[in-house]
Amino acid sequence: MKVNGIEYPSPGASRRLLSDHLRHDLGLTGTHVGCEHGVCGCCTVLLDGAPVRSCLMLAVQAEGHDVMTIEGLAGDGQALHPVQQAFHECHGLQCGFCTPGFVMSVVGLLAQHPNPNVQEIDEGIAGNLCRCTGYASIRRAVKRAAELSPSPLRAEGRGEGGT
Amino acid sequence: MTTRWFGAPVQRVEDDRLLRGHGRFTDDIGEGALECCFVRSPYAHARIRSIDTSAAREMPGVVAVYTAADLPFGGLDLPLLIPHPNLTHGRTQRCLASEIVRYAGEAVAFVVAADRYAAEDAAELVAVDYDPLPVVVTPEAGARADHLVHDDVPGNVAAEMLQEVGDVDAAMRSAPRRKQLRFRYERGAASPMEGRAVWARWSAAEHKLTVYDSTQSPTSIRGGLAVLFGLPESNVEVIAPDVGGGFGPKIMLFYPDELLVPFAAMQLGRPVKWTEDRQEHFTAVNQERGQVHEVEVGFDDSGRVLALSDDFVHDGGAYTPYGIILPIITAGQVPGPYRIPNYRVRFRDVYTNATPTSPYRGAGRPHACFVMERSLDFIASELGLDRAEVRRRNLIQADQFPYDVGVAWQDGNTVVYDSGDYPRLLERALEMLGPKPPGDHVGMGLGIYVEGTGVGPYEGAHVQVLVSGKVVAATGIPSQGQAHATVWAQVVADELGVDVKDVVVSSGDTRRFSWGVGTFASRGAVTAGNAMHVAARMVATKAKQIAAEQLEANPDDLELVGGRVRVKGSTDRGIPLAAVAVLSNPVRYAFGGGTEAATQFASKPRSGPPLHGGEEPGLEATGYYSPPGSTWASGCHAAYVRVDPRTFRLEILKYVVVHDCGRVINPLVLQGQIEGGVAQGIGGAFYERLAYDADGQLRNASFMEFLIPYATEIPPIEIDHFETPSPLNPLGVKGAGEAGVIPVGAVIASAIEEALGIPIAEMPLSPLKLFELSMLKR
Repeated sequence: MKVNGIEYPSPGASRRLLSDHLRHDLGLTGTHVGCEHGVCGCCTVLLDGAPVRSCLMLAVQAEGHDVMTIEGLAGDGQALHPVQQAFHECHGLQCGFCTPGFVMSVVGLLAQHPNPNVQEIDEGIAGNLCRCTGYASIRRAVKRAAELSPSPLRAEGRGEGGT
Repeated sequence: MTTRWFGAPVQRVEDDRLLRGHGRFTDDIGEGALECCFVRSPYAHARIRSIDTSAAREMPGVVAVYTAADLPFGGLDLPLLIPHPNLTHGRTQRCLASEIVRYAGEAVAFVVAADRYAAEDAAELVAVDYDPLPVVVTPEAGARADHLVHDDVPGNVAAEMLQEVGDVDAAMRSAPRRKQLRFRYERGAASPMEGRAVWARWSAAEHKLTVYDSTQSPTSIRGGLAVLFGLPESNVEVIAPDVGGGFGPKIMLFYPDELLVPFAAMQLGRPVKWTEDRQEHFTAVNQERGQVHEVEVGFDDSGRVLALSDDFVHDGGAYTPYGIILPIITAGQVPGPYRIPNYRVRFRDVYTNATPTSPYRGAGRPHACFVMERSLDFIASELGLDRAEVRRRNLIQADQFPYDVGVAWQDGNTVVYDSGDYPRLLERALEMLGPKPPGDHVGMGLGIYVEGTGVGPYEGAHVQVLVSGKVVAATGIPSQGQAHATVWAQVVADELGVDVKDVVVSSGDTRRFSWGVGTFASRGAVTAGNAMHVAARMVATKAKQIAAEQLEANPDDLELVGGRVRVKGSTDRGIPLAAVAVLSNPVRYAFGGGTEAATQFASKPRSGPPLHGGEEPGLEATGYYSPPGSTWASGCHAAYVRVDPRTFRLEILKYVVVHDCGRVINPLVLQGQIEGGVAQGIGGAFYERLAYDADGQLRNASFMEFLIPYATEIPPIEIDHFETPSPLNPLGVKGAGEAGVIPVGAVIASAIEEALGIPIAEMPLSPLKLFELSMLKR
């Protein structure tokens, strides 16, 4: 399994969830677990470029695939990814627990819809629960992220490459 | 003082690491910790015949299994946080139940294993033999005492309290019109995205206990653990790291795990961690909102309220660890922003076989607001008057402050509003709401509320200028996402004349600041904010005194600007704050900063000892703020709502908020608080309901069935603010944390009632509930 571009050995126990494997075996604790039954979206990661719930997958199911977690979006010391930057500018987070899941969902959304309209934004983030913001600032952040993203063509290219 | 940072929309300083996935929530801490799982009662009321842990203990990977019999404190009742003379029959649970369980989810045994998977496997092997007992689940059943929750509590009544202002009976008799109304609010749940978690490590070599806890009150946790384990407070460290939302129930003192995890770590000599899962969060974490109100209102033909009598039952749940704060708040807040010349309120806090209750964002206020606003809507409807006009005729006027309501408040004082302008709230909200959109089944909702915020007793802060010129500040109150590190940096930066980015705030870590109370009751900005202001001002004064010697100037002629202390208005007669920090320590070793300027040979010599009498080294100070009384924020919400008459789907066409919380420290942060609060209010009004069955089983303990709104359910919210500063504190601020949520139930009910023409007297609603109500009407 490749995580954030790095090849890792197979997870040990077959029943280990992908979310637990990322967090507790690989130390990538930016992926959070809010419900462990696939509703809250806190554990969203990209699997071959598409958002998935890492709490609804076994780690062994991710073998042979590319996983991208929040830690993979911007390296240490590097500028924030446009989606991360937009969340900062628009006050799109409060406690920050749901935030990595939202950011990964929005990266996936913008890959599909580089300039999403209001309805596409709502539907794009409607798999993630946030209990702090009331979503208004997150909607603003998605719009801002679309502006900050390098170019629609490249964003589309990412989406096609990932599916 | 400059006001450069205070009031500015400063972007948050805490975002970067949270956005990069480098947050530090309690479950992120591993360090080889053993992991745990509870065995919880499946029954809402049962006698425990026996507990057999032998099979669980033999499971591979299991390190320890604890029952009450295995704990030195197993026979101890957990603390009753806030005793009250009227709480005549307060009862708290034990860490692990050994004789009787009184709610489904009550902890019975605790398994420690190599990892959570092994702990869960072993927990399933703990055999508990229960003898089920009859239950009371609803507040009505509790009050009827169909069965007793505690054998020794007659009638299930934990507390009863009666208060009266004026002469209600006389006023009611002479009132031209009278009406009896009944209002019912069901339980909801705060549901922060991060559940609760505790991590602990015992260092035998240092004789020191370190606990990370997703709590809203680390300082109090530390005090309790020190006493329980017989340790000096100085040997117990409690840290609330990043906390993934709290909204009230993350302060309880104590949940069983907050004792068991540290205990196991001390016993086993290894770090131990417990992280709850979502299902157990639904039953093991405190809930709120269950109340039933029997109201009588007397009014005249102009719509003026002459008398209001409210007799309500508060659903306390199985135990009263938090005392009777919730019904006290409700009783104090029913009159809200209105002049009610004769007001009587009685409540009974009754036990039920359900999870205990303690404050959830709003904390007794949404129900109070619902009672008052629904009553006013009834009066308007009865008299054929405009709903806004009825409110206008009853509102407290802007020249009537301070306004004493005359009933008890949660801080032990009476309810006294410090400042506000309620008529202006109403008029501005109506202006923003505009004309009603066309179409059938559209209703307008309206609600005005007050919110007692910033309760004492106190918070403190430590502020220090480092020799680098950077500033560190610390307070005991933790953050659960409210941007404390940003807003307090703004307060400190103004006093010290530095950039907000040069102030690093630590909160909720007893290693950095060991005194304090906690984050609840919309009190952070008022208590800790003003403590930061006090401490930073003390540092500024000290900086001026030290710099005055160097600059041969009068301290009163100096100012702190741009990271320097300088003669007012001068560009050359000044000294860097960093150098002042070096000068403040007679042993002036330091890299960089202002060392060269500050050696004892270069600086102006002074006679006498290096530290004069009363002087302390270091450019630092510790300050405290203790409020003389609560600050009262206020607001008005108004909405247009459309309801589909066949599916009863709710569509919020427009939602406006006008809000007054005194002086605003950071408008971005405030906007987030309001928007988030309204969203929680909408969830609580129409989507979220804890569905207990007749056996006391919570039938919807998952996010699949307890429906927290997604973005698709929450409309855009239009917000406006104005400021009536609080006269009670130096910053003039009031709290804002709970404001958004308080009137939403009342507003949604009001709008739906108008849209469908069916009386609404309960919360929460749902499409199914509206269908049932519409059938009743036929």
